[in-house]
Amino acid sequence: MKKFIVLGATLLLALSGCGKKEGGGETAAPGGAKSATVGFSQIGAESAWRTANTQSIKDEAQKRGIKLIFSDAQQKQENQIKALRSFIAQNVDVIAFSPVVETGWEPVLQEIKQAGIPVILTDRAVDVSDPSLYATFIGSDFVEEGRRAGKWLAEKTGGKAQIAELVGTPGSAPAVDRKKGFEEAIAKYPDMKIIKSQSGDFTRAKGKEVMESFLKAPDAKQITVLFAHNDDMALGAIQAMEEAGLKPGVDITIVSIDGVKGAFEAMAAGKLNCTVECNPMIGPQLFDAVEGIIGKKDVPKRIVVQEGVFDQSKAAAELPNRKY
Amino acid sequence: MLNAANILFWAVLAALLFFARRQRIFWPLLALTLLLLFNQLFTPGFFNLELREGHLYGTRIDILKHGGTVMLVALGMTLVIATGGVDLSVGAVMAVAGAVLAQAAAVHQQSAGVAMLLALVVSLGLGAWNGLLVAGIGIQPIVATLILMVAGRGIAQLITEGQIINFTNPALVYIANGYFLGLPFACTLVLVLLAATYALTRATALGLFIESVGDNDVASRYAGVNARFVKFTAYVFAGFCAGLAGLVAASDIKSADANHAGLYAELDAILAVVIGGTALTGGRFYLLGSIVGAFLIQTLTTTMYARNVSADIAPVPKALVVIAVCLLQSEKARRCFTRFLPRKSPAAPTANAKAGS
Repeated sequence: MKKFIVLGATLLLALSGCGKKEGGGETAAPGGAKSATVGFSQIGAESAWRTANTQSIKDEAQKRGIKLIFSDAQQKQENQIKALRSFIAQNVDVIAFSPVVETGWEPVLQEIKQAGIPVILTDRAVDVSDPSLYATFIGSDFVEEGRRAGKWLAEKTGGKAQIAELVGTPGSAPAVDRKKGFEEAIAKYPDMKIIKSQSGDFTRAKGKEVMESFLKAPDAKQITVLFAHNDDMALGAIQAMEEAGLKPGVDITIVSIDGVKGAFEAMAAGKLNCTVECNPMIGPQLFDAVEGIIGKKDVPKRIVVQEGVFDQSKAAAELPNRKY
Repeated sequence: MLNAANILFWAVLAALLFFARRQRIFWPLLALTLLLLFNQLFTPGFFNLELREGHLYGTRIDILKHGGTVMLVALGMTLVIATGGVDLSVGAVMAVAGAVLAQAAAVHQQSAGVAMLLALVVSLGLGAWNGLLVAGIGIQPIVATLILMVAGRGIAQLITEGQIINFTNPALVYIANGYFLGLPFACTLVLVLLAATYALTRATALGLFIESVGDNDVASRYAGVNARFVKFTAYVFAGFCAGLAGLVAASDIKSADANHAGLYAELDAILAVVIGGTALTGGRFYLLGSIVGAFLIQTLTTTMYARNVSADIAPVPKALVVIAVCLLQSEKARRCFTRFLPRKSPAAPTANAKAGS
């Protein structure tokens, strides 16, 4: 047992020594992105979206020959803080992470700053008083997603729609922001009205259940459009419409957000009209930023992920490219 | 608004209330009736019922359909709670059952029968694991089942590899979307399981054993009841019920959603059991009461949808109704209410309590 402890300690010493050496090499030759080390702390693996997000980052790191130290926080902030401290100890060149929650990051970010390591936030922002604590934030703009859904709908319907809305989990950032953006976009059109709005908790089962209830209301026949805050709820609602003898995508125009594979399949089958992408494949943009920071170039404080709007005409062509 | 079908509906409900007036089930049934009455009067469209594509179609049918999963879980939960335990893992077991079903049917191309059998066998196994921890090793039920509650969803994720797996097998889709005699097939499932459970616990001594174990573990053991075996069986049964509910939940959306299937189902089921009159301390249990409790929960949820109550505030009216039902059940609270009311006649305390609710 004692032997193991000694062995472990030696290993640790050797490792940290290695890290230091590498760091020293980096200062001697700045811009040597090929040998750069990036520590990334992921939230967890709670959804297909997140899995695709992780995969994209790992793939891109391998492609560019960047050494990626990956750590899974399993939805816990304390795990993530531990991971960030271990990145400092390993003296990585850049630290990137998707924060589990918004608050409570100031102390550990200060430590990272003192260690002189730049920080990139991905996917979710943090709530800190000092914005110099991180270099840049790469993530989707949920408000813009809602706005795009509204804009597409206004064009499609000619500004006339009686809308039923399936809201995400109450209080969650994507639900609040997508609603805000959507309402902003349709505000210009007096004939576009949200006549029903209810939470489907971002799940298929609830989306279906709520849609069933929408369709049984006395004013159900007026609904011409369904706006769902994510694809899964829309897919559930499509089943509810079919069971009520309606033609989803024809009798009721459906627009949703995320762009998961199932949504593209539904669009190819003519049951869904449009999905606004919320892109998890941030690997390329993340490592562009990493290389930019290491090469001492100016990197914008906010990088919005490249995202598309897909309707039925583009769906069939895009379907084989969908990885999640 | 009042057509023949609705008059018949209210007549049946009134008759049920009358026959149950001296039973424990009276209070949850009364709460359900009041809630339905509220909807009859104030929620337009709630009581519409029509024939569409050979089956009944309406909000009340939706309640039957979606209440099915909680009812199935609540049946198993009733027996577990009656033994003085609790099973927190039922939601996770639902997710695992759905995952196994979808993986077998969609990915491994097994027939519907094999897929269902596999899913149920796995659920039985998970139930047996809980039973082993509680009855065999003697770990506290909350702690023992918490293990699977946390780990189970991870297992389901592993099985589905983090993806939502769709299936199209018509037999599997039928479980939650099919109609039998004009009513959702899930209802038939609940009825069959209820009848079987009732027969097993009330026509044999098993029910008595469960109650005695829940009432006093040690005393029942000295009286010759194999307390360990009774407890073990209850957890296995709860696993089976949860597995069945998992099949219904997966069939409903034609896919296995390991992240969300059966989320908080354990809380709904416990609530249904408590509303139904079974005490969390164990002992006497009321299977029918749990079913009525599940009905009440689903009716509440559907009422919130039908009345377009925003999800942000929907928990508040729900909580108010639940508190009211729990107070109604407590003899002490009822007496408290009646004391503050003008005394009409000492012979009709129930009428006073009703007004007090």
